[in-house]
Order: sequence, then structure tokens, then C-alpha cells
Amino acid sequence: MRVTSRHGLLALAASVALAALPLRAQDTTPPRGVHLGLNYNTGAPPGVIVGVVRALWGDSIQTILERDFDAGDRLTVIGMAGTPAAGAIAQVGSGVNYVVWKTLGAAAALQLTVASGALHVVLHDVAKGAVLQVRDFPLPSSIGSAEWRLALHGVSDEVERWITGTRGIAATRVLYVSGKQVRVVDSDGWGDHVLTATTTALSPAWHPSGKYFAYSALTPRGWRIELQDLPTGSPRALGTTPEGLNITPTFSSDGASLAYAHGDEEGVDLYVTPMANGNPSGAAVRVTVGHGTDNVSPSFSPEGHRLAFTSGRVGHPEVYLADVDGTNVEPLATDVSSDAAYRSNPDWSPDGRQIAFQQQIGGIFQVMVMTLRDRTVRQLTSEGRNEDPSWAPDGRHLVFSTTRTGVRELFVLDVESGRARQLTHGSGGRLPAWSPSLVSSP
Amino acid sequence: MRTTIRLSATVLAIVTAAACSKPKPETAPAPVAAAPNPDSVARARAADSAAAAQAKAAAMAKARQDSIDASKAAIEQAKAAARAEFAYAVYFDFDKSTLTDSAKRVLDRKIQIMNANPTLTIQIQGNTDERGSAEYNLALGQQRAASVKRYLVQHGIADARITIISYGEERPADPGHDETSWSHNRRDEFVITMGDVSPTP
Repeated sequence: MRVTSRHGLLALAASVALAALPLRAQDTTPPRGVHLGLNYNTGAPPGVIVGVVRALWGDSIQTILERDFDAGDRLTVIGMAGTPAAGAIAQVGSGVNYVVWKTLGAAAALQLTVASGALHVVLHDVAKGAVLQVRDFPLPSSIGSAEWRLALHGVSDEVERWITGTRGIAATRVLYVSGKQVRVVDSDGWGDHVLTATTTALSPAWHPSGKYFAYSALTPRGWRIELQDLPTGSPRALGTTPEGLNITPTFSSDGASLAYAHGDEEGVDLYVTPMANGNPSGAAVRVTVGHGTDNVSPSFSPEGHRLAFTSGRVGHPEVYLADVDGTNVEPLATDVSSDAAYRSNPDWSPDGRQIAFQQQIGGIFQVMVMTLRDRTVRQLTSEGRNEDPSWAPDGRHLVFSTTRTGVRELFVLDVESGRARQLTHGSGGRLPAWSPSLVSSP
Repeated sequence: MRTTIRLSATVLAIVTAAACSKPKPETAPAPVAAAPNPDSVARARAADSAAAAQAKAAAMAKARQDSIDASKAAIEQAKAAARAEFAYAVYFDFDKSTLTDSAKRVLDRKIQIMNANPTLTIQIQGNTDERGSAEYNLALGQQRAASVKRYLVQHGIADARITIISYGEERPADPGHDETSWSHNRRDEFVITMGDVSPTP
């Protein structure tokens, strides 16, 4: 938050106070909605109790919400199945009991019932002993389906925003490559299935609407960018020339631009194509002039004015930043002259503050993150080979590909706490892309 | 008991066989062959020679076919050898797309073959080992294919006869995960897209 000399001391004090709050990527203004009676610091996320849900598939609803809150790392779930608290909560059941809830250490408690095709949610502030929020969330009638689960994930995300001020990331999916095809999986690992049926498909990228994705497809004469609608659709090719290399597509946050790498016999450069209604709406504009070098894997800054990308222009792959018109190119790292480094696959965080990338440390790739404000770099992984980081919409979680279990799988990492959980179990998972929120904020 | 009987039977058989091998006494007149008919002899002789001629012709035809087959096989073998020689891959150092001296020798031979077979068109397929970013490796494989195409064109092969493609790290020749395996994967492959390779001297 920049403070110029035109702003007064009051504004400076206000911006310092705001900066001291825990980093909330989704809302850069102070959290709206509820403030709970319980004070907490970032080391101890507020405890939440999900009450017993008296409904068909109530156990599933309770489990889905609890797992979503736990995976978000912003709430401490009290009473997950098998814990001693679970018994006490079961005794309270679907009713209200502030005394029991308080002794269990909860800051918030939820009452959930299903009526008239909607999930009726009541949020209690335990310390205040009062109801804070009540809302009905419509649920699809296809109980247990992918749509039904997504609606419940949307409930988790909204409740998280009520309690912490930050919207959750449960109502999202991850595209990735395994077995030479693009697959998709829910954020909780459910519903993993294949989407493409081509020779080889790599580098999937979400359109921000969540309605279609782009990827690189191998043809007998070269690589081309293809687009495919979700949940099902036939692929359509971008452009008409099948020769050469057309790879690593990525969309701007407003969905109006598609950047990709294109080359044939004289190196590979970045191009940007305007998009409208799921198709190119104008000619591609060249961004980099590599003079025979290779420039691939672009990633837009969230406001769409800059690109991060991989380039071999100094003789080995490094990450660079440039304006979208190709000017103001600068290396990400300060020691680019050292030819022992290999940096690649940048992903710009949704709040614009950080860039995740992979770097060879001792010859083995690790996931790194650079804070742009002061250019400090943190190494986030150390076990196995770790590549292809992709940010969740909260700018706090990353999905990446790792060999730490012995086979290549996707894992999710909480950058703030360092907690990691396994997302895929099919083996061979790589090149993941985390979707935007797939449920609109009510 | 049984053995004794068998032995007797054997003795009996031997005695009988011995009796049969003796010449019969001249007690009956020897059979007299009928006098041969000249026509049937001629016919038989003609049939015999026709059959013989037919057999000889068949044998000659078979010998000719065998010889043709052998030549065809030899040609196919020589062609297969020429195709195999043309398919020799070219290998690269780690992270490089420049041509080594041994790579150039392999390419010089390919130039000879392409000059001797003017209808030949080819695709050069660039590959990398598994280290490095999969996305950047697509570009590196493309560089390796372009580098070889440039050498061939500089030495007189028409540009239109060569197309290039990159498989990056997606199609390893060797599935291993050590230096030796990786060195087998940093390669350009050569695929004939039109025409064929005749054996060259």
C-alpha cells in the first residue's frame, strides 16, 4: 500500500495498522461481516464446531464442511470424527449449547438443517452466546453428485468468510496432466477424471469463468493450443497452423487475453491473443523478441499489465518479468549471472504480491516463492523433486507436483504454516492449474 | 509258462521264414508276360517324356522364382539396412542443441543418402532427457531438431524436404533415471515421410 506525500499522517497510520493485520489475500480491505468475541492471533486459527446435521446424507454434509474448514488452514475444526470432542458434540446434536461449545474451545458453531432443497445455516458466536448469521443456500436435488458437493463447498467458503474475513477455496478444482491427458479433480481430491482424448495433452490453464480451459496438444506436425468446454466438450483449435510449437497457454484474470509461446525454427517467443466468448477475437500480438532464444510458460499479473515467464536468453532457463507489450524486461532473481541456476514455471499470486516458481537447488527442483515488495525468496519444499506450483484463489495455498512419496503426485501446501496434504493418488500427476472459485459469492 | 509259449512261437516264425526264403521247386510253369503293344509303348513313352518335361519345367520355374525371391530378399535386406542406417539418431550434450563432431559425421552420411534419393522427405524429431522443466524441454527439443535441419540445408538439402517436431521429454528412448539413460534420450530421430531409401554404394 503506497503512501505518497499528498496523504496525511493519518492515512499513513491507517495503512500501517492495516498492514499489521494477518495477510488476507482475498480481501485487501479490512474484513467485513462478523468479528467474533474471541481474540485470536495467526498462530491459533479460531475453533469451529460443525453441529450434527439432521438430514438425508447429513453425515456427508458434516464431513464435507469439516474437511473443507480443515484444509483451508484458517479454522481449527473441533470434533472431527474420532476425536474426544466428537462425542460431546454428538450429544449436543443439532441443537444449541453455548456452555458445552465454549468448554470445547470453539469460537464459532454451526447449526445445519436441510429444508425445501436448501441448506439452512445458522452461525453462532460462542463467546457472545448469540446468533451472528443465518442464510439458506440452495442445494441441487442430485444428492451426492459433483454439483451437490460443489454447492456444499460454496457454503464452506462463505462461512469461512463470515468467521475469518477470507473466502475459502473449497469450491475449486485442479486441472492437471497424468497419462499424457488432462484430468480434473475437486479441491478435496474427489471426482478425479480424464477430460481429453488426444495423443498428448500438456499445460492445462483455466479460463477465469471456469467454463473452459486451454492446453497444448500434440499433432503429427507439431503442437497447437486447443480449447475445451467444461464439464464436457469437444476440443477446438486456436488458430489454423498445426506446425511448430504452440504451447503453455495462460489467461489473464479478466479472461480477455490469452498468452502463449509460439515458435518454429528460430526460437520460441510469447504472444498475446484477445479473447471473447471463448474464441480469439483478434490477431495475436508478439510480446518477446527472443532472437532465437526460447521464451515459454507465461503467467499474467492479476491486474493484467505484466507477465512472468521462463527464458533461456542468457544461456540457461531463468524467470523474467516484463510489461505485456514486451518492454521493461527484468530478471526475477538478482544472481542471474550464475550459470548454475535453473529457474522456471512462474505463477503470479492472485493478490499480485508473490511469484511462485521452481528452482534447482543442488540439481533438484524445489518450489520457491518471491515476495515482490522486497524481492526476498523463500524455499518452500525440500523433500523429493518439487515442480509446477500453481496458486489457489486465496493466494495462500499452492498445488504442485512432487516425488516425495516415491511416485509423482500432486500435493497442496499452505505457504503460511508449511502444512502439506496429498491431493491425487493415481500417480504421474504434474503441471497442475488451480481454478478460480467455481461458485459465485452470494 | 507264457514265456515258453512265446519262445516256441518265435522259433516257429523263424522256421517258417526260413522255409519261405528257399526257392520254390520248379513244379509249375513260370508266368509268361504278354507281348507289348507298340502303340501303348509309344503312348507310354510319350506320356513319360511329357511328364518329365513338365516336371523339368516346373523345376526350372521354381528355380527361377527362388532366384527372384532371393534377389528380392537381398534387395529388401539392403533397403532395410539403408533405412536402418538412415534412422541412426543424433545425440546431444546436456542442455545443448549444438552438433558434436560425431553428430556431424552421422549427418554427412544422411546427406549422401538424401542426395542419392531425391524423392525422400523426412521429419526430424527433437527430444530431451527428463531433467529440467517439461515445458522448457519442448522448446529445447525444437531447438535440437532445428539445429540439425539447419546443418542439412546448409549442406544443400532443400528446405522443403525437411519438417521438424519436438517431443520434449515426452518420448524417452530409455526409461531409466541415470546418466546413461539420459544420454540415450537427448537425441534427434529421423522419420521418412515420403519416398524410400535405395541402397547406396
